[in-house]
Amino acid sequence: MAVKKRMKDFTLMEKIYLPSIVAGLSITLQNMFKPKYTMEYPEVKFMPSGHYRGRPVLVQEEDGGERCVACGLCSRVCPALAIDIQAAETEREKERYPERFEINMLRCIFCGLCEEVCPEEAIVMSKEYEIAFTNRQDAIYGKDKLLTPIADLQERIEFLRNNK
Amino acid sequence: MESLIIAGIALVKVLILANIILLTVSYLVYFERKISAWAQSRVGPNRVGYAGLLQPFADVFKLLLKEDIVPTQANKTIHTLAPFLALFVAFTTYAVIPWGPDVTIFGRVIELSVVPNINAGILYVLALTSIGVYAITLSGWSSGSKYSLLGGVRASAQMISYEISMGFSVAGVLIFSQSLLPSEIVKSQSGLMWNAFLQPIGFITFVTAAFAETNRLPFDLPEAEPELVGGFHTEYSSMKFAAFFLAEYANMMIASALIVTLYLGGWQVPYLEKLGLSAGWEAIIQVAAFFTKLVFLMFFFIWVRWSIPRFRYDQLMDIGWKVMFPLALLNVLWAAVLAMLIK
Repeated sequence: MAVKKRMKDFTLMEKIYLPSIVAGLSITLQNMFKPKYTMEYPEVKFMPSGHYRGRPVLVQEEDGGERCVACGLCSRVCPALAIDIQAAETEREKERYPERFEINMLRCIFCGLCEEVCPEEAIVMSKEYEIAFTNRQDAIYGKDKLLTPIADLQERIEFLRNNK
Repeated sequence: MESLIIAGIALVKVLILANIILLTVSYLVYFERKISAWAQSRVGPNRVGYAGLLQPFADVFKLLLKEDIVPTQANKTIHTLAPFLALFVAFTTYAVIPWGPDVTIFGRVIELSVVPNINAGILYVLALTSIGVYAITLSGWSSGSKYSLLGGVRASAQMISYEISMGFSVAGVLIFSQSLLPSEIVKSQSGLMWNAFLQPIGFITFVTAAFAETNRLPFDLPEAEPELVGGFHTEYSSMKFAAFFLAEYANMMIASALIVTLYLGGWQVPYLEKLGLSAGWEAIIQVAAFFTKLVFLMFFFIWVRWSIPRFRYDQLMDIGWKVMFPLALLNVLWAAVLAMLIK
């Protein structure tokens, strides 16, 4: 039976091994002079596009009111049970509004289900990713922190309308 | 009075050399991190001082503040002794390596190496590097941890295997210099008669063995992180760990200095004497040449580390015994024939 040549059999050049070492060394040397990929973070910040899921925020209309009608769907769908809503009623056209809307940022897993389930396009994921706090109380974001002017969220809303 | 002056000169030389070593070693760590970063398209340490130049001091300061942990299973005496043995070996080896020609200052001839006239110069270096194995083996043995022990045992097996090819490579050099004095070896490589060109096989085996002796990648089996956690220094912390770290880089510097002395013409610059410079300038250029070669070799050590993956243990032994050893023997034959033809 003839000896079968295997894929892993080395040629003579590979057995000498030194040419391969030189080839490897030249690759790393070339890399040393190539531009670096590092983004020097505190000075240069990452600017995400519309597809990015940062912290969830509530959309604030131009007149200052929120879009949310406190249906509670986001709270129900949230897999981490991070959202807590207390609904209330008003005399305005939209009769319901959230009296209290809290997202526990320690629990939030940035899955975006709340945004996906929202019938009013009232809760969307922003581009903000610098979320730091020093105690657990600060981690519960109320309406004061969540309400964001609609002008800042245009890119995400457009993305949702095209892709959701 | 005369002996006092000689002692004073020796002391000054020791002080200068010790400072050069410590400074070089701390910046070697910095450049290791920088070069690894560049090879991987990163930036590397750049926060402490301009371009991260104070990073080594920050590292040492951090290590000094760390708690010094000795495992309860450890043999305390040996556990403490081992890192300082490693440092001792790393620093004393420099004594015989000449870093420049003889210079005349105030009518006194001064040799530029700490102990210039040891007849057994190169043997002294080989003997001390062999003691270096004890530091690693003892640290592995005394830590009372399986990872450390494995690292220590690997280190001793590896060192013994590669010391042989190293010794035979040096034999080739000695045939040409006909002396064990490092300064004589340097002088025997005048012009372009560098041993690296005369005996390329010996050069390659010696460099490979030097990599193995200093436990640098691709031969860093004694501290192979994926298998052995940290190898022989798993159980070390604080300044004892720093001592091992310093010793590793100091060893790298010795290995580079040895390669320069034995194979790359030491402090000599080919055909420098034809330029007709004054003796002082010539000496300065030659000292600079030695350190330039040294820096290039240290860069080579780091460069190789970030290019070549670690050998498997059986491959390491295969290369040591079945490839390096025969090649080194071949080189001795080649050197002998060449020496007969030239002289």
